[in-house]
Amino acid sequence: MADYASLDIRQRSASTDQPPDIRAHQEVAKLIDVSKCIGCKACQAACEEWNDLRDDVGINVGVYDNPHDLTAKTWTLMRFTEYENPETNNLEWLIRKDGCMHCSDPGCLKACPSPGAIVQYSNGIVDFVEENCIGCAYCVKGCPFNIPRISKTDRKAYKCTLCSDRVAVGQAPACAKACPTGAIMFGTKEAMIEQAHDRVDDLKSRGFKQAGLYDPKGVGGTHVMYVLHHNDKPHLYNGLPDDPKISPLVAFWKGGAKVFGLATMGFAALAGFFHYVTAGPNEVVPEEEEEAIDLKDRASRNRDGEARLS
Amino acid sequence: MTIHTDVRDGESRPLREVRTEVPEVIYVPRYTGLQRVNHWITAILFTLLTLSGLAMFTPFLNFLTALFGGGQATRAIHPWLGVALVVSFTFLFMRFWRLNIPNRDDVEWSKKIGDVVTNREDRLPELGKYNAGQKGVFWGQTILILVMFVTGLVIWNEYFGQATTIETQRWALLAHSLAAVIAIAIIFVHIYAGIWVRGTGRAMVRGTVTGGWAYRHHRKWLRQIAGTLPTRSGSVDKRGH
Repeated sequence: MADYASLDIRQRSASTDQPPDIRAHQEVAKLIDVSKCIGCKACQAACEEWNDLRDDVGINVGVYDNPHDLTAKTWTLMRFTEYENPETNNLEWLIRKDGCMHCSDPGCLKACPSPGAIVQYSNGIVDFVEENCIGCAYCVKGCPFNIPRISKTDRKAYKCTLCSDRVAVGQAPACAKACPTGAIMFGTKEAMIEQAHDRVDDLKSRGFKQAGLYDPKGVGGTHVMYVLHHNDKPHLYNGLPDDPKISPLVAFWKGGAKVFGLATMGFAALAGFFHYVTAGPNEVVPEEEEEAIDLKDRASRNRDGEARLS
Repeated sequence: MTIHTDVRDGESRPLREVRTEVPEVIYVPRYTGLQRVNHWITAILFTLLTLSGLAMFTPFLNFLTALFGGGQATRAIHPWLGVALVVSFTFLFMRFWRLNIPNRDDVEWSKKIGDVVTNREDRLPELGKYNAGQKGVFWGQTILILVMFVTGLVIWNEYFGQATTIETQRWALLAHSLAAVIAIAIIFVHIYAGIWVRGTGRAMVRGTVTGGWAYRHHRKWLRQIAGTLPTRSGSVDKRGH
């Protein structure tokens, strides 16, 4: 799955070859309707079960989030926020299912230095291929959503696969299948956008004037999208970035810095070579060897003289 | 002496012509054995760091990971090599920093950089143990190694991944790679200078330079130590002690 043997690889990390590009791209997407989520964590359980992962038992510190953060074994996590809306004076329980957003322009893939450790399939899913992962954690720096986690056991990066294995055989992701309220939907990106618009209209009719679809353009759109009641303030949902994009630092490091680096090193090496073939070596002439001997002899005569005087 | 019969004319003659007059050369000690070992350990570490670092810098050089046993091993070994280099370079720094403090001659020398690169030594001021170019390499590497050490710790995920914010780590990654390419470019110049200025390699391999080399390139230094050189020119210990 991780090499160009498949026609379904659109992008491959740290690879200089042109990926195959003749097949039409049918993009998929997961739509998470935050307004329908009841915070039951069935998606978390389904994710652990399908992927056969059991995270360590944690400690209760008095918040609903369990575990407290995404980990190498927890690829999706319900994040709970209690929000007092100043306009309505209502307490709103904003529950967001966090996990990889499967960006069209993935920062992790851009940052990855290991060929084929991160791939993007033609359906838009961004997948880590742990076999090729070297554990440098560059993906962590590349990601605008703070998603990848490095395992302390094997020092490899992990995150949501959007159940690429299930999707490949026509199944919906495990979380979508398990959701009891239908808050997690899965289908083609087109269908999910259409569905989202229906939901947004419904929410607006019920007083959520700023309801909208979160499909951030800064990363080229995502293949995990949210319906938010407050799409004007995504940060309310436990720090969901308002305008995510690949950090300019990462973009420069992977773009201009590479060109600058190779050019600088190449220039230094070539400058030396061309200096040698023009100016030539700087050689000591025999007269200078003699001068040195004279200089040394004079010095030792002086020294002897001083020794006699003292 | 081995006498051989020359197949061309059947005459007997020595295998090599023996020069009757060997030009007299004195050898001037420049580096002690310990200093040379220190230098070469640093050089080997720098080379390994360059190869393993560039492997992770651009996909075009990713094949270099094969030299270190694959990508994971390269990632694991690179920071440790860095720590070793910092230790080794610290000793070099302590030995040589005083000799690398810039002075008036360096200004004069730098102004005449055109004469430097065209081998017009006769137009340059007399210099102490190091010229401004060598001092530039010294201070350049000192600063860049310090930058790479600090930023390297920040991006060393295994031990310091949680110590700083991701934004700090992004800055560190960028600074680390830029410092590295500049340091590598400086080392290219450093190596080339050793090839270009004939007789220089001897200082780091044997510990000595010829009197002529010292006279040509670092005459002030030669004057400083001339009095301490052994009296009889023929009996100079070539090991440089």
